[in-house]
Order: sequence, then structure tokens, then C-alpha cells
Amino acid sequence: MSFWEKLGLGLKKTSNAITGGISDIFTKKKLDSATLEELEELLISADFGVATATEIMQKFAAQKQDKEISDEEIRTLLAAEIEQRLAPCEQSFAIDSAHKPYVILMVGVNGAGKTTTIGKLAAKLQQQGKKVSFIAGDTFRAAAVEQLKVWAERLNIRVFAGPDGCDSAGLCYDGLNAAVKNGDDVVFIDTAGRLQNKSGLMDELKKIVRVIQKVIPDAPHKVLLTLDATTGQNAVSQVQIFREIVGVNGLIVTKLDGTSKGGILVAIAAESKLPIYYIGVGEKIEDLDVFSARDYSRQLLNLPK
Amino acid sequence: MFENLTDKLSQAFSKITSRGVLNEKDIDDAMREIRIALLEADVSLPVVKSFISDVKTEALGEKVVKSVKPGQMVVKIVHDELIKLLGSETTELNFNAPAPVCMLLVGLQGSGKTTTAAKIAKRLKKNKRILLASLDVYRPAAQEQLAQLAKQIDVDVLPIVAGQRPLEITKRALQEAKNGVYDLLILDTAGRLQIDETLMNEVAEVKKIAEPTETLLVTDALIGQEACNVAKEFNEKVGITGLVLTRMDGTSRAGAALSMKMISGAPIKFLGIGEKLDEIEEFHADRIAGRILGQGDVVSLVEKAIENVDRAEAEKMAGKMLSGSFDLNDMLNQMRQMQKIGSMGSILGMIPGLSKFKSQIEESGVCDNLMKKQEAIILSMTKEERLHPDIIKASRKRRIALGSGVEVHDVNVLLKSYEQMATMMKKMGKFGSLSAMSKMLKNSPFGAMMTNGINKRFPF
Ligand SMILES: Nc1nc2c(ncn2[C@@H]2O[C@H](COP(=O)(O)OP(=O)(O)OP(=O)(O)O)[C@@H](O)[C@H]2O)c(=O)[nH]1
Ligand SMILES: [Mg+2]
Repeated sequence: MSFWEKLGLGLKKTSNAITGGISDIFTKKKLDSATLEELEELLISADFGVATATEIMQKFAAQKQDKEISDEEIRTLLAAEIEQRLAPCEQSFAIDSAHKPYVILMVGVNGAGKTTTIGKLAAKLQQQGKKVSFIAGDTFRAAAVEQLKVWAERLNIRVFAGPDGCDSAGLCYDGLNAAVKNGDDVVFIDTAGRLQNKSGLMDELKKIVRVIQKVIPDAPHKVLLTLDATTGQNAVSQVQIFREIVGVNGLIVTKLDGTSKGGILVAIAAESKLPIYYIGVGEKIEDLDVFSARDYSRQLLNLPK
Repeated sequence: MFENLTDKLSQAFSKITSRGVLNEKDIDDAMREIRIALLEADVSLPVVKSFISDVKTEALGEKVVKSVKPGQMVVKIVHDELIKLLGSETTELNFNAPAPVCMLLVGLQGSGKTTTAAKIAKRLKKNKRILLASLDVYRPAAQEQLAQLAKQIDVDVLPIVAGQRPLEITKRALQEAKNGVYDLLILDTAGRLQIDETLMNEVAEVKKIAEPTETLLVTDALIGQEACNVAKEFNEKVGITGLVLTRMDGTSRAGAALSMKMISGAPIKFLGIGEKLDEIEEFHADRIAGRILGQGDVVSLVEKAIENVDRAEAEKMAGKMLSGSFDLNDMLNQMRQMQKIGSMGSILGMIPGLSKFKSQIEESGVCDNLMKKQEAIILSMTKEERLHPDIIKASRKRRIALGSGVEVHDVNVLLKSYEQMATMMKKMGKFGSLSAMSKMLKNSPFGAMMTNGINKRFPF
């Protein structure tokens, strides 16, 4: 199944909501201020965020106020606008083999999909012939280690784990040394979910980074923030704070198979130009797709590819 | 947890409340701001629309009251609608069925069901024999997670049998709950998307078999506009009796609370406020509605007071009270305790009816000044006078007033409230009665703030 089709399943509801709304609006045909306001609300209801939605609406207003405009036209314009905003975030995920092991630190709030994404992404890298290993850095949540171990077994990957409740940073130190000794190409560090407003927990994450650098000075090479697409405007602050504290340099947006919106991506792109490497579109190992700004935007507005 | 919304709403209100006349445009502007405030707080659009339209209808039907400014009327209408929206249903859990009673937890992936199951079990285990069971055969190690949590809180958990499907596990759990004479069976389920028909049917089947008295929809408070779809679909396809919002400690928006309540019609029963297993609290619609509009929360004030008051001082004070030897030094101490609780502005923010003055008061510092004034008066008294206030007659009053830079009248006011307190203390000493004190407190200068807390614990 192609990215397009898969995304289509989940995003259908969004598209219907948006395009349905737009059709309603454009029985009037004229782009007057009431219509623009409704359009703004539609974007807001797709989690674009008030600021982004207002900005897009004002842009339209400046260009098209009181002009006759067709449904198709407005959808195309809107898709182009969204694509333009997301395009800088579209970057391919590549492992630089100059770094060995290439260290990937997975961070995010509770239940965002970190562990699952590690499993999915490891499978992809394995297919490229990389030797991958895991470090079970979530020593806090009950059975987090067991969860990662199940993924490791599926992929026949080595997991470095410690006893429950042990110090996560210390474990990462030992785990990284083991990965170096083992000659692994890529090592994933799973971490416990944490809310970005808990400074104690964020400091702990900082400590993990410091400890990683004791073993490999230029690591972690990628710090991936996993974002749940169902999240509202809070996602913007997740990106800001995780980036500030542990230098997040890439995003993965999960659960796009379920949300009827996903406009939060546009809100985030308005704040940061971080690459969105992958999107999660299900719970199975293969449910991880490359992010494409064009596909995403046109799909969102129910336009042909 | 609703700070974001509160701030935005009070901004919208501040523009209209002081105005003597409001034209239609003013109202429309205010409505637009309220709408944006709600949306920014992640309240779902359909909910926002219906809310605004209700407010408008109410506003149009409202008779003009001469003594009330139109802006104030709008605030009142919004307040009333908000309370209507959040509901006043009881948050009490329904266990009204022959034992073992069953509770079912459902929700999206990663919403916090398993942790919530353990938190609820921990809360209830004092009075009930509880069995926990996980039906999550999909997420790796999910059953193991519940088993580990159960062990932590010392509650029984259904043994894991590899390869069993959710329906089989449900039947086994029900049997085990009967055999083991449990009072309550809590079923944790796998996370599922509301658009996943297979899994939605599965949980509907589970519900049919288990016949739970409570089916709680567990949702992440950080959820965005999706909240209304989740609430609607889970309610239609599974049928829910209550809501649990998790990660309330992570957000100042939490518009999901409003959306889900309105769309599902089910009351919010619990809020998850942290990762620890006792970090869950009951939801009080009235308190929260007050908070959102800056209308105050007396109970929180008292709790805050209790937290901050110096314990040793409190004990000493209690001793004094019981012996009936309350003098002006004690009153001074008491005032200083009050100041520890926080600035008057922040205290007023929590008292219904006063919160609207909060910002003015903070700016002018009037209230903190009042405290300072009273303090100054007492400090201008001699040791003798503080210990035996009845010796303070006209000439002493003049000296004290002069010394503290106030009028004699102010000294009289202070002495009057001291007398009231002292009388109350004496009564307490005699009868040890809290209700007498509560009555008296209402008349004392800061007593009104405390009376609601009296039945729990006296803050000093
Ligand atoms: N539908 C769907 N579910 C997903 C996706 N990604 C993850 N999940 C599910 O979301 C839930 C949480 O995922 P985890 O990988 O455990 O999330 P986490 O961030 O590691 O969680 P903690 O370690 O508890 O903070 C699981 O039930 C996953 O199966 C996705 O793209 N789509
Ligand atoms: Mg995890």
C-alpha cells in the first residue's frame, strides 16, 4: 500500500470535514468576510492553531476579498499554502555512517509512541543492512523494558537493559559502551515519557545527554521527538521545550491513521522548521511512512495527487 | 490547569464590564474574543459554536436590569452557561449492582488507561476487594504493565494466560471475580481508534458480557479538536458513564474537558494529575467553572492556607485559644500567618465575588496595605497594652494612632475586631465548639475567608 493510500484512510475524515465545510461556504460563491471567518474556524477545528489559521485567512482576504471563487480554486489555493508551509520540514532520514554507532535518542511525552516508533524505525534500518541495537532507557514506567524487548525479539535485535528503577543515565552509559564494543551501526535509546513542564524530569533527560557525550562526544546524532497527532496546541510547546532542553533535531508524528485533523503539523511548522522525518499510521511494524508535504496537503483537502 | 482560558476570558471581559453602554458591535466583539479564547484552549469547534449561540440567545432574552451594567450581565450569562456546560452531576462512582461489580476503562492509544486503572484501584482498595484484569493483547507487554502496577499497590490481578483473546479473558476475569469473592473487577482494555470498527465492536462485546456499572472513557487532556469525535464515537458505539482526563498536570488549556462533557453528556469523574499512583483527584464541576471565569474557589484557598501555615505556630495558637488567653500579640501573629499565605491579591482571586477586584487591588496594594496598617497599629502599642488590651482608653488610642500614622477610628476598628475574636476564643475554651467559632469568624476581618474550611480543619 502506498503512502498515499494509507494516509488516505486516516485523513479521509479530515478531508471530508474541511472540504465539506468549504463546499458549504461556497454555495455563496463570494469570498466575503463571513466566509473568511468560517474558513478560519475550519482550519482551527483541524488543529491549525488560531494564529496560523488567522494568518492564512488574512492572506486570502488580501488577495481574493469579494471576488467570485470556485470551490476547486479555494481548495487548490489552500493546499498550496499548506504545502508551502510544510515543505521545509520535508527531509529524508539518513544515517551518516561516519558515526559508528549512530546514536538516536527518542524523547516525548507519555504515550506519544516512542517505543513503538523505535520498533518500526529499527525495522527500516535493518532492511538497509544496518546492525541495530536498543538501550531500554525507560526505567520508570512499569513493563517499559518488557515492551521494548518484545519489539527486539520480533526483529532479532539486542537490548541493553538494567533492573527496574535503575538510573537511566547510568544505564545509557553502560549500554553505549556495549554498543561501541559490539560494533553496532545504529543504537536507539528509548526514554521514559515525560511532560515538558516537569523541570525535574527534563533535567534528567539533559543528564542522559551529558552521559551519552562522555562515551561519544558528538552523540546523540539524532534526537527525535515523537508527537501524537491527536494533541492540540500543547504540541507546539512540546516542540519548543524539548528542543531547547535536549536539542531535538527531528520529529516523528504518530497516530495519523486515527486523527481526523493533523493540522497541528502546520502550526508546528509555523514555529520551527524541524524536519518531520516520518509519520506513524498504525500499530504494525510497517506502519511508518516518509512525510511528504505535497501528498499531505493535497490529501488533507481531498485533491487529486 | 485552565489558566490559559481564564486569562483570555478575563481579557475579553475586562473590555466590556466597565462600560455603561454596550452596542451590538461591542457584544459581537466580546463574543468573538470568547470564541477565540475557547478555541485556543482546544475546546472543540462544535462545542464553541453551540456555547456562543446559547450565550447570545440568553443575552437577547435577558431583561435590562437598571442596576447592572450590560457588560456585567454578559459575564454573568457566560458564567451560568459555563456551569451548565460542565454540569453539576455527581462524580460519585456507581457500584449499584450485585458483587462483583465491574468497571470498564476505554480510550485511544496512549491515553493513560492502565495507569488510571491502578490509580482508581489504589483509591478504592481500602473499602473494596478489587481484581484488576488487562484485556490488552495488542500492545507488547501491556498485560505485564498492569500486573506490575497491581503489585506496587498490592491489589490482585488476573493471571496472564498467553494467547487468550479479550473476550475469553473477560469471561475468565468475571469467573475469577465471582470465585474469589471480589467486590469490584476493573477491566483495562487496549487503546483503540474510534474509527477502528473491528476493535470498537470488540469492546462493545466485552461490555455486553461484563455488564459494567461504570464505563469510563479515559482521555489525554492534551488532546486537540479530535476530542469531540472521540467522545461522540465512544459514546455511541460503546456507551460511557463517565470521563477521566489524564495529564491535567501538563496543560493550562484542557478545553477537552468542556468538549467531552458536552458531546458525551457523561460527567467527568476523575482528573489524572501526575505519574504517581495517588495522583488522581475527583472532579468538581462547580469549582472548576468558577476557576475558569476567575470566580474563585474558596476551598482551594483554605487548602492553600493550611499548607502554608507554620505548624508550630498553629499548635501554639490552638493552645492559646483553648486556654482563652488570646491577646493582641496573638492577633499580630495571626495576621502575619495570613501574609505568609500569599499576597492579598492572589487570595482574593480565589474568593467568589472578589476576584474581579483582584487586579485593581494588586495594583493599588490596598489590601496588603490594610494588613500593614493593622500591623503598624499593634506595633505602636506597649507590651502592656498588647497583653491587656482593655487598658487602651481614649488617650492611649490617640497616642497609638499618632505613632502608627492612622486615625483614632482605625484603632477602634482594630480593637473591635480583636474583641470579637477574643470573645470567640473564650467561647471555644468553654465549649470547645467549632460552630460558635465559625459564626464569630464571619464577623472578623479575615474570618469570612476561613469559614468554609472550618469543618475540615482550622487553618491556624
Ligand atoms: N493507531 C496508532 N497507534 C500508535 C501509533 N504509534 C503508537 N501507537 C500506539 O500508541 C500507544 C503508545 O505507544 P508507545 O510506543 O507505548 O508510546 P511511548 O511514547 O513509548 O509511551 P510511554 O513509554 O508510556 O511514554 C501504543 O498502544 C501504540 O501501539 C500510530 O502511528 N498509530
Ligand atoms: Mg515507551
